[in-house]
Amino acid sequence: MFDVTIIGAGVIGASVASYLSKYQLRVVVLERENDVACGTSKANTGLVHAGYDTHAGTVKAAMNVRGNQLYEAESKRLKFPFRKIGSLVVALNDEEYEVVESLFENGKVLGIEGLEILDGNAVKAMEPSITAEPVGALFAPTAGITEPWEVTMAYMEHAMDNGVALKLNYAVSQIQKTSDGFLINDEIETKLIVNCAGVHADDLYGMVTETPEFKIIPRRGQYYLLDKETEGFVNHTIFPTPTKMGKGIVVAPTIDGNILVGPDSEDLPQSMKEATETTRENLTALKENAAHMCGNIPFHLNITNFSGMRAEPDTGDFIIEMSKVDGFVNVAGIKSPGLSSAPAIAERVEGIVKQAFVSLLPNEDYVDTRRERIKFNHLDEAAQAALMRKDPRYGRIICRCEMITEGEIVDAIHRNCGGRTLNGIKRRVRPGAGRCQGGFCGPRVMEILSRELNLPLTAIVQEGKDAYILTKETKVEEEA
Amino acid sequence: MSAYDLVVIGGGPAGLAAAVEAYDNGVESILIIERDRELGGILMQCIHNGFGLHHFKEELTGPAYAERFINMLKAKGIDYKIDTMVAEITKDKRIKTMSASDGITWVQAKAIVLAMGCRERTRGAISIPGSRPAGVFTAGTAQRYINMEGYMVGERVFILGSGDIGLIMARRMTLEGAKVLGVAEIMPHSNGLTRNIVQCLDDFEIPLYLSHTIIDIRGKDRLTGITIAQVDEKMQPIEGTEEAIECDTLLLSVGLIPENEISRALGVAIDPRTKGPRVNQYMETSLEGVFACGNVVHVHDLVDYVTEESIRAGRNAAAFIKGRQFKAVEAYTMTTPGEGIGYIVPQEICEQSAAETVTLLFRVKKTYKNARINVFGDGEKIKSLKKMHLAPGEMERVDLKLEKVYQQLTVEVEA
Repeated sequence: MFDVTIIGAGVIGASVASYLSKYQLRVVVLERENDVACGTSKANTGLVHAGYDTHAGTVKAAMNVRGNQLYEAESKRLKFPFRKIGSLVVALNDEEYEVVESLFENGKVLGIEGLEILDGNAVKAMEPSITAEPVGALFAPTAGITEPWEVTMAYMEHAMDNGVALKLNYAVSQIQKTSDGFLINDEIETKLIVNCAGVHADDLYGMVTETPEFKIIPRRGQYYLLDKETEGFVNHTIFPTPTKMGKGIVVAPTIDGNILVGPDSEDLPQSMKEATETTRENLTALKENAAHMCGNIPFHLNITNFSGMRAEPDTGDFIIEMSKVDGFVNVAGIKSPGLSSAPAIAERVEGIVKQAFVSLLPNEDYVDTRRERIKFNHLDEAAQAALMRKDPRYGRIICRCEMITEGEIVDAIHRNCGGRTLNGIKRRVRPGAGRCQGGFCGPRVMEILSRELNLPLTAIVQEGKDAYILTKETKVEEEA
Repeated sequence: MSAYDLVVIGGGPAGLAAAVEAYDNGVESILIIERDRELGGILMQCIHNGFGLHHFKEELTGPAYAERFINMLKAKGIDYKIDTMVAEITKDKRIKTMSASDGITWVQAKAIVLAMGCRERTRGAISIPGSRPAGVFTAGTAQRYINMEGYMVGERVFILGSGDIGLIMARRMTLEGAKVLGVAEIMPHSNGLTRNIVQCLDDFEIPLYLSHTIIDIRGKDRLTGITIAQVDEKMQPIEGTEEAIECDTLLLSVGLIPENEISRALGVAIDPRTKGPRVNQYMETSLEGVFACGNVVHVHDLVDYVTEESIRAGRNAAAFIKGRQFKAVEAYTMTTPGEGIGYIVPQEICEQSAAETVTLLFRVKKTYKNARINVFGDGEKIKSLKKMHLAPGEMERVDLKLEKVYQQLTVEVEA
């Protein structure tokens, strides 16, 4: 019997798990994919929003503002990358300028620090890559960037370090209400369920009630990710003026030095929650739309395209509450700014869980921090040399685009919440995330995974559990 | 810090030939640094034959071609380090290397030859839309899995791009028992060698779809299918020509890019046309004493040509070490691609004498039949060659004996 079962190991499920690991609670996280951060958490813009565009009084506003305030400390505590680079919402005409002014006023009401309205010249001086003629812009210095999957992994690893269990490849297909909680798939008993199922949160909720109060609309956004050669093309996150479909197409630096362009915004039918493909029409339109703001985006340096599905609730606001089904907590409709809000949401869920259990004792072995990943390429030469003397695997470069060593890959496999797939390793330590997209290092990473996990090469997958890469050993050579 | 007269970055065919030739020209203190676990570079995974017809006058497999140079290297006692990455090169020719066995080391060189080769363009570079399943490989990576690691990558295969690696892999996959369903090429002509089209596609009845591209990729975990479509003159898919193809493997052979991250960081001038270092006819880059050769300079179609160019680099690097200064001349000639020409190597000629043959290597931008290649020196036609057939996939050359100093040499196609 578990005390709490968290369903979904995206950034929300993981952060909730991490916050609950402070207590003497038996917590398990169920994830249908073979890794954490496999849904929206791996395919978004990686922004920590300032919060000026969320309406005062909404749950979303409270979470975004609080989340933004927590991020810096969280990033230091759990060793994930975060940089406050500031964002600009650029108005290209008087009408848009009015929106910018209203965002400024709204931000002041929410208590967001440092907001400033800049004139067109100041905007151009700040970001010369803007080729449009801005009337002005809202500058939000507290906006930041992070690596969304690493945030997720940091939380999950921290949770596991403190005793939380993670079950991967575990899809929830049915939930029964019992006298003292729930029975999941006829095998897992739990007192409480925290629904962090992202775009599927409504489906999951539908397993315990015939009258769910919300629906999740899958809203797809597509992206271009440009080579690191483009670093410095823009130095702040550049938004157009928002519309009711969202914040608009962003041109933004990533924490790793790439430039990200996207997302567009497309509401899909309920049946298409898994449709995370890119489409020719949208990619073409995305390019054209982005060019309204920055006319010279070096799209020829594109290294990959991807799309993410945002969980748009039909209620318009985040849903974070004990539902009408006693013991079933919904954390649903966490679209943007979900990543920004994650620590605040975890805090709120912690409060809900504390209320549900009469008395909670602290976890006496609790450790507040997480062991930092070594980023070999970021160390100075003396530190590199010292590391190599201790473990020569840090001297062997496996990924030459990103200068990733074998030592880093081995560590990423064996930590809690370790990588088990080619893409899992790529997200943790970046081999394959660079310009060759794994062409050279792929076979080496496969070999390391196979050796460290004691699995045949044919059992190593790229991403999902059926994403096999190699089929069989070749026959003995007979080629003429 | 150790010191060598010559340090060669990369132990593929270019680096090997440059090192051997430098040795034969009197420089014995040479170090080759190779990041892979053996010398030979990409040749080691090219187990088909067809290598060496020009250089050795016989047909060899890739590994056999490499082995000849590796044997020469070993016979001469030239030093090499494998499983070693070059992390940095400084302008005063100090080279930082890293390896599991030796940690970080610095090597001082008198001259450097850059021979890092090239990498494959990926799906992202051409933005093929669709899902992102396993089973989409660059052709060279698939070749490595099959020929080096000994594993098959799939059963029903489609190939995008009719460059040589794609064509070779069409045959290779077929011989390994896979069904190769076709090769699509966005251009109206193949970029591969004619002999490869005949021997790798025609002989196995593999269809070549010219003026076609892939407009969709399907499959959640593993590839389940693609959609191809015909393209118009602007390379845009034509509606109504879409064809869905079920396959579990897609190989991409959509071009090669010289690998010049180290060169750029070092400050070597790069030609935006070749994406390789600008060189003079001695294969010296914009930095004195830093030479470059092979696919790091421009992508070659035959390894024999890589060898020829690398011999030139090795010989001149040796001459430099012995005191010859190629940049100590006043007159420079720039080479300029004219009508129909994509690029020219060398980009500059820094000394001209009628006694010396200057070889211009270049590619045309499209196919021509019965055309002429004209070379102009400051507007004056100095050479004209008749060509039955010109194609972007086949590198062209003109050998010149320059009798006077021109400021500009222009090469043009006369259709």
